[in-house]
Amino acid sequence: MSNKPMTGGRMSKGDLSGDKRQKTGPQAPKSQILKRLWQYLGRYRALLVLAVILVILSNSVALVGPKLSGLAIDAIGLGRGQADMQRVIYYAGLMALCYLGSAVLGYLLSRVTLQLTRNTVYRMRKDVFDKLVMLPVDFFDQRQTGDLISVVSYDIDTVNESLSTDLMQVLQGVITLSVSLVMMLSIQPVLVLIFLLTVPLTMLYTRWITRKTKPMFRKRSAKLGELNGFMEEMIGGQKTTKAYGREEKVIAAFDVKNGEAIDAYTTSEYWGTVIGPSVNFINNLSLALISVFGALLYLQGRVGLGDISSFIQYSRKFSGPINETANILGDLQSAFAAAERVFRLMDTLPEKPDAAGAIMLRDIAGDVMADKVDFSYVPGTPIIRGFSMHVQPGSLTAIVGPTGAGKTTLINLLMRFYDIDAGSIWVDDQDIYALSRASLRSAYTMVLQDSWLFYGSIFDNIAYARPEATREEVVAAAKAAMIHNFIKRLPQGYDTLIGDDGVNISKGQKQLLTIARAMLSDARMLILDEATSNVDTQTEQQIQQAMRKLMAGRTAFVIAHRLSTIQNADHILVVRDGNVVEQGKHSQLMARQGFYASLYHAQFETY
Amino acid sequence: MKTLLGYLKPHAGVMTWTMLVKFLAAMVELFIPSILAKIIDEIVPTGNSGLIFVWGGVMIGCAVVALGSNVYANRMAALTSGRVTLTLRHDLFSKISCLSMAQIDHLTLSSAISRLTTDTYNINQFLNRTQRMGVRAPILLIGGLIMTLGMDVRLTLVLVATLPFISLIIYGVTVKSVPMYSKQQTVLDHLVRVMQENITGVRIIKALSKSRHEMARFDGVNGELSDVSQRAGRIVALSNPLTSLTLNLGLTLVVVVGAWLVRGGQSSTGTIIAFLNYFAIITQAMMGITRIFIMSSKGAASAARIEEVLTLTASLDTLPGTSGNPACHVQFDQVSFSYDHVEDNLSDISFALKPGETLGILGATGSGKTTLTNLLLRLYDADKGRILLHGRDIRTLSTKELRGRMGIAFQSDFILAASIGDNIRYYRDIPDEEIWQAAQAAQAADFITDKPGGLDYMVAAKGNNLSGGQKQRLLIARALAGKPELLILDDASSALDYHTDAALRRALHEGYEQTSSIIVAQRISSIMGVDHILVLEEGRAIGYGGHEDLMRSCPTYRQIAQTQMGAQGGLEHV
Repeated sequence: MSNKPMTGGRMSKGDLSGDKRQKTGPQAPKSQILKRLWQYLGRYRALLVLAVILVILSNSVALVGPKLSGLAIDAIGLGRGQADMQRVIYYAGLMALCYLGSAVLGYLLSRVTLQLTRNTVYRMRKDVFDKLVMLPVDFFDQRQTGDLISVVSYDIDTVNESLSTDLMQVLQGVITLSVSLVMMLSIQPVLVLIFLLTVPLTMLYTRWITRKTKPMFRKRSAKLGELNGFMEEMIGGQKTTKAYGREEKVIAAFDVKNGEAIDAYTTSEYWGTVIGPSVNFINNLSLALISVFGALLYLQGRVGLGDISSFIQYSRKFSGPINETANILGDLQSAFAAAERVFRLMDTLPEKPDAAGAIMLRDIAGDVMADKVDFSYVPGTPIIRGFSMHVQPGSLTAIVGPTGAGKTTLINLLMRFYDIDAGSIWVDDQDIYALSRASLRSAYTMVLQDSWLFYGSIFDNIAYARPEATREEVVAAAKAAMIHNFIKRLPQGYDTLIGDDGVNISKGQKQLLTIARAMLSDARMLILDEATSNVDTQTEQQIQQAMRKLMAGRTAFVIAHRLSTIQNADHILVVRDGNVVEQGKHSQLMARQGFYASLYHAQFETY
Repeated sequence: MKTLLGYLKPHAGVMTWTMLVKFLAAMVELFIPSILAKIIDEIVPTGNSGLIFVWGGVMIGCAVVALGSNVYANRMAALTSGRVTLTLRHDLFSKISCLSMAQIDHLTLSSAISRLTTDTYNINQFLNRTQRMGVRAPILLIGGLIMTLGMDVRLTLVLVATLPFISLIIYGVTVKSVPMYSKQQTVLDHLVRVMQENITGVRIIKALSKSRHEMARFDGVNGELSDVSQRAGRIVALSNPLTSLTLNLGLTLVVVVGAWLVRGGQSSTGTIIAFLNYFAIITQAMMGITRIFIMSSKGAASAARIEEVLTLTASLDTLPGTSGNPACHVQFDQVSFSYDHVEDNLSDISFALKPGETLGILGATGSGKTTLTNLLLRLYDADKGRILLHGRDIRTLSTKELRGRMGIAFQSDFILAASIGDNIRYYRDIPDEEIWQAAQAAQAADFITDKPGGLDYMVAAKGNNLSGGQKQRLLIARALAGKPELLILDDASSALDYHTDAALRRALHEGYEQTSSIIVAQRISSIMGVDHILVLEEGRAIGYGGHEDLMRSCPTYRQIAQTQMGAQGGLEHV
C-alpha cells in the first residue's frame, strides 16, 4: 500500500454548515431569511423609498426615449422634402432632455443604493462582530478561524453585492418589462403576440440550462475551494516539503488538483457560455418575426414606419431583463446561501447572561475553592469527576500531568470559560456563578501557551490591560519581563508596530511581551499556561524571580512541565486522563510513590 | 504582461481561430439590422409579401449562424483560458516550491498564497472574458461603424464624434477608481486581521474584559472599509450614466441630422431606423469595452504580481565539487550566517559528528539553534565557512541528494489535513510496516491505535484534532519513517512529558544505532546522555563537549542543569 496519493477527505473549509448545523437549529426557510434581510433594509426605509422612486423615474424617462424617436421619425416621413423639421427638432430636444434626466436620475439612484448598501453592510458586519465577541469560548474552540472570517468578508460581501445590484436590477427589470410591454401594446398589440412565442421559449430554456449547469457550477467552486485549500496548506508547509525534498511529489499532487479544478471550470463554462448566445438568438428571432410581421402590417396600413422603429427598440429593451434573469437567479441563490450563513452565526447562543443580581467581585484576596466539581465537554463523557481543592490566597498552585491530560480544562473552569455540570467553585467564599463574569475574569491575568499579540505598537500591546498606563510603567513591566533590551534595540523602540509578517520577533520574545503585559495588570490572580515552554531555562529563571515578586500576596496557577518549578509550589494538582488523580505538596506526593513520583523519576532516565 | 503573453503564444493559433469565429458571429449579427432596413426601404414599397418572408428567413438564418458560431467560440475561449491557467498555475506553484526560504521570507507566505489563488483566478477570468467580449465588443463597434458608413457617411461622423468623449470618461473613471480599489483591498486586510486577532485571542480578551474595546476597534475598520468602498463605488457609478448619456445625445443628433438629410433627399427613413438599431449595438459594444477596461486593469495587476514571482531566479545553485573525506558524517567548519546581513545570527560555529553519533544543542531563545538546522538543510546558504556532509561541501550536493538523507522534525512543524498514515509518509514511498515501526519508535503507536481507523484516522487542518504531544510524536514518526542517515529533531519533544520523552530517547538509542542525530532541546534531560553537546548563546558556541565536560567547563550549562533538575542535577546521575 505504498505511495498513496494524498487526496481524499480534506476537512471542508465550509465548516459552518455540516455537523455544526444542529447546534443552531434546522435550516431556516427562505421566507425567514427574506424577512431578516428586510429587517436590515427596513431600517433605512427613507433611502429605500427614495431608491424605488428613482428607479421608476429614471427608467420611465429612459423608456420614453424610443417613443419620442419614433415620433421624430414619423415627423421625417418617408420621402424627400416631407420632413417637418420643426417637429423633428422639437422631439429631438425632448429626447435629449429625457436622456439627460435619465442619466442624472441613474447616477442619483446609484448614490442612494450605495448609501443603502453601505449602511446595511456596515450594520451587518457590526452585528456579526459584536455577536462574535459575546460568544462563549467553546464556540471558538470548535470552529476554524478561516471559516468565521469568510462569513464576515466573503458572505456579507456576497449579500452586499446582491443587495446593491440584483435588487435594483430586478426592480429595474420589472419596470422596464412592464413599461415596454405597455408601450408595445399601445403601438401595435398584434405584434406583441410574437412574444407569446419567444418569452416562454426563453423562460423554458433558461430554466432548463440553469438546472443543467447548477451542479456544474457547484462542483466548480467546490473544486476551486479544494485547490485553494491545498495550495494554502502546502505553501504553509514549504519548509517541511523542502526538508524532505518532496517538491516534485507535492507538485504532482498539485497538478492533479489543478487539473480537476480546470476540468470543472471548463465543463461549467462549456454549458454556461451557451446561455448568452442562446438568449441572444431568441431575441434575434423575435426581431426577425417583428420585422416580417411589422412589414406585413405596414403593407396593410395598420402600422406606421416610426411605430415599427419604436416597437423594435422597445422589444430590445423588453428582452433585456429576460436575458438578465438567468444570471440574477444564480446570484440570488448564492446570496441566499450567504445570508443564511450570516444569520446562523448571529443566531448562535451567546454566553449565558450573568445571574440576576450578580455580584461584582471586589477587594479580592485570592482564596479559591472547588467543591465536588463534575465537568464534561460533551454531555455523557465526563472529564472531571468530584474534583475538590482549596487554594490559599497568595499561594502557588502547579498543575502537572502528561500531555493532553486536561490541564487547560481546569483553567477553563476557574475562569468560567466553560460552566461546570455539578459542584461549585468559590472565590473568596463567593460562588463564582453568583458573580458577574467580567469581574471574575478580571480578577485573573493570564499568559497562554500561544502568545497573543495584535497589530499595534509594542507599547499598546503591553498596556492592553491598562491603557492608561504611563510609559514608565510599561518600561518597568518590560524590564521585569526581560524584554526591555530587545525592544530598545528595535528601530522604533516601544512604538515599533507588531505586524503579522514584518518585524522579526521570535516565539520566545513574543512570549516575553505577553509576560510583560501580565506584569502590568493589577489582577490578584495569575494563570500561566505552559507559558515558559518557549523560553530558555535561564530566562525562565529570571522571569520567575520577577514573577515571584509580582505574585507576593497573589494566587497563581501554573501549568508547566518543568518539575523544578513545580517542586516549589504550595500545592500540586496531578492531572491524568482529564481527572485530578493526586494533589498535595511535592514531598507528600513523592512519598505516595504514585503517578507523580513516576513522572518525576522519568525525568532522569537518560535513555 | 510580457510573461503572460509568453503563455498565450502556444495557443496563438487556436486563439486566432476563436477570434475569427467570433468575428464571423459578430458580422452576421451586424447584418440583421441591415436586413431590416432592406425590408423597410426596398421590399415594403414593392408590396411583395413573399419577399418579406424570404428576407425574414434570411434574418433567422443569420441568427442561427450567430448562435452556432458564438457558442463554438465561447467554448474554445473557455478551453484555451483553462489551459493557459493550468500551465500558469503549475509554473507558479513549481516556482514557489523551488524558491529558497530567504526568497519566500521576502515574498511572505500570505502573499505567495494570494498570488496562487486570487491572482491566477483573476487571470483566468480575464482571459476568458476578453476572448469573448474583447473580440465581440470592438468588432461590434468597428463593424457597426463600417455598416453605418456604408449607409451614410455623415450620420456615421455624428456617431464617431461621441467616441472621444466616451474614451475620456472611461479613462477618467479607471484612473480614479483603480487606486481606490487597491485601498479598499488594504482596508479589508485590516478588517480580517482584527477578526483573526479576536478569534485567536478570545480568552485574553474575555479575561481582560476588553470586549467593548474590541467592538470599538472593529467598528473603526468596519466604518473605514464601508466608506472606502462607497467612495470607490461612487466613481465607478459615474461611468454608466455618463457613457449612455453621451451615446444617447449622439443618437438624438443622428435623428436631427438624419431628418435634415431626408428632407434634402440625401437619405432615407429606413436608413435612420436601421441606424438607430446599430446605435443600440454600438452602445452595447461601448459598455462591453468599458467593462473590459475595468477587468483588464485588474487582470494586469494580477499578471504583474505573478510575473514578479515567475521571474525570480532560484538563488541556491549547486556548485561543482569533488567528494571529500567521509570520516566525519556532519561537520561545521567556522560557519557564520546572518538573515538580514546586519547582525550575525550564527558566528564561527564548528563541530564534527561521526556516523551514528548524536549532537545535542542547547541554548536560549534566539541563540541560533534553529538557524543552525536551517543551514544544515541548506534552506539558507552560510555566509562564511563550510558545512560538510561526509567531507563534501553541502553546496556541491543537489538539495535533493542532501535533504533526501535526512529526517527532520521542526519545532512547530506542518501537519497535513490528511490521514495519520499520509502525514507520516509525507509523499514518500514508504510501506505501512515501516510507518508502524517509525510510529512505534516515536511513541506514537499507542495513540494511533486508539484512534478510530488507526493510520487512516483523518487529521484536521493544522492538526486541530490532535493534542500538542500527539502532534509532536507524529512529526517525529515522520522524521524516522524514511530511515534517515541523519535525524534532526528541532525542539520536537517539548510538549512531551518526561515519561514519553525518556521512552522516545530509549527507542532512538536502541533502534536507530546507525543514524546520526542532531537534537535541539531546552530540557537538559533530553540531551544529557548524547555524545556531544553544543551550548549556544547569541549565535556563538559557549560550550562544546560531553555532559560531564560541560558541567565542569561551562558555567551556563551548569547553571541550567542545576535549575532544571534541582539539587540532584549533578554528575552522579549520568
